[in-house]
Amino acid sequence: MSSTEFDILVWLTIVGAALVTYGLRIGGLLLADRLPKTGRFKRFMDALPGTILLSLIVPAAIAAGPMGWVATFCTGLCSLKSGNVFLSMVVGILIVATGRWFGI
Amino acid sequence: MVFSSSQRQDLREGFIANLVVAASVAAYGSVLGLMAAQKGLTWYQLLVMNLSVFAGSAQFVMVDMWLPPLPVVEIILAVLVINMRYLLIGASLNPLFRGTSLSHKFLFMHLVADENWAMTMARYFKQPTTTWFLLGGGICVQSAWCFGTLLGHRLGAVITNPERYGLDFSFVAVFTALVFSFWKGKQDVVPWMVAAVVAAIAEVLMPGKWYIICGGIAGALTAALYQPVEEARVLD
Repeated sequence: MSSTEFDILVWLTIVGAALVTYGLRIGGLLLADRLPKTGRFKRFMDALPGTILLSLIVPAAIAAGPMGWVATFCTGLCSLKSGNVFLSMVVGILIVATGRWFGI
Repeated sequence: MVFSSSQRQDLREGFIANLVVAASVAAYGSVLGLMAAQKGLTWYQLLVMNLSVFAGSAQFVMVDMWLPPLPVVEIILAVLVINMRYLLIGASLNPLFRGTSLSHKFLFMHLVADENWAMTMARYFKQPTTTWFLLGGGICVQSAWCFGTLLGHRLGAVITNPERYGLDFSFVAVFTALVFSFWKGKQDVVPWMVAAVVAAIAEVLMPGKWYIICGGIAGALTAALYQPVEEARVLD
């Protein structure tokens, strides 16, 4: 394979990946326009942000191990009490980092 | 384009809100940049990939699969599967984009990542929030991503092992810090429990990021099909 041929494959891959990703982003937004805004569809769409967020959190938090569980709990508690997102994040990261430092 | 002062304000606040998580994004970017250099990607190929694909975990898989002769179709399919969650994330942004023009939607949706999506939705549930806040966050995360990856590509990973500093946890931490803003009340209890359990099980049974789609859809379907008795009477 010549280097020009390889270059073409490189750009094909990048452009293909970009189009697919962008298509999903804009596709989701535009498809949701077509869903009814009442009844069950509305309840589905209203619940969706929370259920996505929880699905992002739970498996990753479980995989983080015991110190990760403590950190997740403390991050949540700190956020609930202080309402400060920055502070809550830092608390969680510090707990995990400290745990790893001491090999827990 | 002329910006109104409230748009500028939202853009700036969105940018600032994402700064902490952007530091982690940059650290992981430097790891990806180093990997990409080892695989023979040039810095400008990597930059174009950052700007056009703009999806962290998908780009890690792309670079991982980057072996000549490039498996073009396999890489694109892998990206499609990993990024499938953006279909749901895009759909969930629908209320935020209500009343905006089609060109506005096409422009603003490109810079949607998990992090600035979560930041934006959390704010949207509490106070009036525009798509400019989302864009500000997207610019912040995109800048950090480009900065980190290029630094890693040119100089080697600045932080070779981000896990050591708990930086892998920063993504869980930002979502956890925002979770209470997503809570709407009692009606969320069962859908959230279903989402958590299904996501946890799917993560064990299925490869990649399918667990986000499974948990997200299962939870939202629960909300669609199940209604607390007292509310059912009022609403229907």
